[in-house]
Amino acid sequence: MKKLLERHETYVLAIIILLSILITSFNPNFLTLENAFDLLKSNAFTGILAIGVLFVLISGGIDISFAATATIAEYLTVIVCLQIGGSMLFAFAMAVLIGILLGMVNGYLIDRFSIPPIITTIATMNLYYGLLIVFSKGRWLYTLPPYFRSFADIRILTLSTANGLPYGISIITAIWFALMLLASFILNFTRLGRSIYAVGGDVISAQRIGIRVRMIRVSVYSFMGALAAVAGIVQALLVQTVAPNSIVGKELNVIAAVVLGGASLTGGVGSVGGMFLGVMLLAIVQNGMTLMKIPAVWYDVFVGLVIIISVGFSSWKAKRRSSGAIIDVQEAPRTHSEQTAGGSR
Amino acid sequence: MKLPAMKRNETTVLMVIMVAVALMMILLNPGTFLTQNNLKGMAFQLPELGILTFAMMGVMITGGINLSIIATANMAGISAALVLKAMENSPAAGLVLAVITALAVSGGIGVINGTLIAYVGITPILATLGTMTLFNGVAIVVTEGYVISGFSPAVLFIGNGSLAGIPFPLLVFALSAVILTLILRKTRTGFSMYMIGSNATATRFSGIHNEAVLLRTYLISGLFSGMAAMVMISRFNSAKSGYGNSYLLVTILAAVLGGVSSDGGFGRVSGVVVSLITLQLLSSGFNLLRVSSFMTTAIWGFVMILVMVINNIIDTREKRG
Repeated sequence: MKKLLERHETYVLAIIILLSILITSFNPNFLTLENAFDLLKSNAFTGILAIGVLFVLISGGIDISFAATATIAEYLTVIVCLQIGGSMLFAFAMAVLIGILLGMVNGYLIDRFSIPPIITTIATMNLYYGLLIVFSKGRWLYTLPPYFRSFADIRILTLSTANGLPYGISIITAIWFALMLLASFILNFTRLGRSIYAVGGDVISAQRIGIRVRMIRVSVYSFMGALAAVAGIVQALLVQTVAPNSIVGKELNVIAAVVLGGASLTGGVGSVGGMFLGVMLLAIVQNGMTLMKIPAVWYDVFVGLVIIISVGFSSWKAKRRSSGAIIDVQEAPRTHSEQTAGGSR
Repeated sequence: MKLPAMKRNETTVLMVIMVAVALMMILLNPGTFLTQNNLKGMAFQLPELGILTFAMMGVMITGGINLSIIATANMAGISAALVLKAMENSPAAGLVLAVITALAVSGGIGVINGTLIAYVGITPILATLGTMTLFNGVAIVVTEGYVISGFSPAVLFIGNGSLAGIPFPLLVFALSAVILTLILRKTRTGFSMYMIGSNATATRFSGIHNEAVLLRTYLISGLFSGMAAMVMISRFNSAKSGYGNSYLLVTILAAVLGGVSSDGGFGRVSGVVVSLITLQLLSSGFNLLRVSSFMTTAIWGFVMILVMVINNIIDTREKRG
């Protein structure tokens, strides 16, 4: 029980439950299966990106370029599919390939040239996104291949409302959950997953116990790229149009969701369950505001407050816990970041 | 004590790149690049991004980051615009009060950031991500998403006027550069900022009150955002939430390109000024060539990677030698 209270996830869950009670008391429509399934579908895009971000954060890095990667993969894939026909499977495969490639570039630059991840990925974001807009001329794609629509309508479980309208769990939600299971498996039960935690916790120690840090880093950023690409296709499935400028600019929201779920920006900490709760917390805030008929202009104010209060609370606890130590525990991560950046200075 | 602010080779690399870019642009735009019009245009465009980069630079030296600089600038700009609108009958007093309001609002947000980071203990990137979202939201709520526009000539002078042939915003930029240099070089706070960026624990044990220094750092960052806000609302002749959002990540690029370490401890104003001029040369030169501004963004990204890679290769060679 005490262990449970120490876990960050417990607090996020508590906040979610409190919010849910509050929203339901204003609008009972919140606590319906229909609304829940809808939330799980419309947030699959953020959720899939969040899995990638979680891996990057656990490895001690950060990625700002994933929204650009997602858009490029989405845009190129849809264009090619429109030209040659293709299928849904082909679309996912091609997107993932592009994503892995772009992610690999990040991983390689970060590790080979010791450029801090935030700088590398801001630079590649500008590079990728700039080129995308130049070559696409900013054009939106309004017609997608027909299988994009039929695939998006697939439900793996169909129920019907009181007045006979069908609803259920979308295939998109299923993809998200399958990827979360895969991510959880990788992180907890494979050598690769444990190595990612090790690299994020302490690069030098990881190196000394024989972990190939470059391989881990390149894998992590490639995985981020792959997931960004899947998210890009999912976005196309959700909105049925492709806009080159609709995703870029949302990077920080995804990172915020993952951090709300307990991942640390200094690496080594984070879980898929926590990440899911973080994504859902922000989703519920937005959904609840709509259901409580609060004007949309207030959305950012609430999200900002949720981030500050929730992260502030856990930071405050961590600060108080560490204040008794002679060597400030807060400084431990710094050694790590100095290590990663050491070569570039 | 002498500060190892930036290694010599990094400044050299940067200067070489700046000169190369300048030569390339002169060759690519014969007869149009070195005109008074183009040079003036550059001088009017540079200060906005420049002052915002100073807002980013100070916190980066302490090893932090401030994602809320644009949101802060917009809040300050909107507050100033509201004051200007309310005092339209007395433009002079209105302008003075507007500047004071902009600095008070931006300084206030800076203090909030500083408190969250230094005293509550939130990581800078998260604290400022939170305040960025929060104050973007407040700005939208206050303006209801509309634009506040139409200011008096005195206000427009800040962003568009010239004093003895020198664009006024450039003077504001120069003044900001001098102020930041003085803070970093001549004050206790400035010296402590570098020390915290290099090793916060050692700094604490050498008797420096880290929390107070960090609070002041974020206050200074806020004030520079407020200064940029006045230039921005004057140049746009309006204030709105969401102005200049694309500047946020570019300020980090400009600072890092100028030799500011994103891990803290290093960085000089002169390096950042050279990097800002380089970026401006690229953007104005490509603009004359009618290259899309997005291509310029892509090239900024590419130049950034190039500089970091070159620096790394030079570093590795030196270590071997």
